[in-house]
Amino acid sequence: MLTIFYIFAVLSVLGALGVLFLRNPIHCALSLVGTFFCLGAIYVMLNAEFVAVIQVLVYAGAIMVLFLFVLMLLSSKDSEQYVNKWSVGKILAGLLSLGIFIQIAGLFTANELQLGSKGEYPLEVVEEVGSITLIGRLLFTDYILSFEIIAILLLVAVIGAVVIAKRRFQ
Amino acid sequence: MIPIEHILLLSALLFIIGVLGVMLRRNVIVIFMSIELMLNAVNLSFVTFARSLDSMTGVVFIFFIIVVAAAEAVVGLSIILSIFRTRKTLNIDEFNLLKW
Repeated sequence: MLTIFYIFAVLSVLGALGVLFLRNPIHCALSLVGTFFCLGAIYVMLNAEFVAVIQVLVYAGAIMVLFLFVLMLLSSKDSEQYVNKWSVGKILAGLLSLGIFIQIAGLFTANELQLGSKGEYPLEVVEEVGSITLIGRLLFTDYILSFEIIAILLLVAVIGAVVIAKRRFQ
Repeated sequence: MIPIEHILLLSALLFIIGVLGVMLRRNVIVIFMSIELMLNAVNLSFVTFARSLDSMTGVVFIFFIIVVAAAEAVVGLSIILSIFRTRKTLNIDEFNLLKW
């Protein structure tokens, strides 16, 4: 179990580094798809099957296909030459993100991590009832208002995308 | 059982790679992909905390995060599309109409 987790963790970090360092944006998108698949596998190991399925369907499927579609639509000729250049801004960016990483990692590995009390869905309950049943029950009872708001958000996003991307005739 | 510190460190690492991508890359679509990567890193820590605390709320939140990410990708890509029509480039340094 642990070995499989480490394999998928290393693969997902490699995919993320591909997004950071590959020149061609299409290669970046494909390596991001690999990262999303590895994250889906890790979700399965964490007993969140529903999240794994929508990760693969929505992220690796729908969103990345949309990205690839736009990339192929907008074939831009300008290539990026940033790997060889070392400017002050880039060094500052590296230092800043190193600082953020130290902060987050220190917070996550601190012994006195304040986690609060345990919830009411231990692993046995989740395996007995099924995670999809539990999520659906929560979505349609406790979080029904957020669920409706998210539906309106999707509607607004669809209309907004059509309006923004529409070709304007003079 | 996987120790939660390792998963959280993986999540922090993915988040930082996303931050670096936003700051270092100049292609606007790659910057967008880095934002998606950061959202995924946060999702991973949500699942980890939900599992380790025997709670289901984190998983419900991921549902909302994925919907917001999809909406953001759709609107952002259509904005990029309409900027590309006038500027003919994907370099984010050229998008300076709102700068002063």
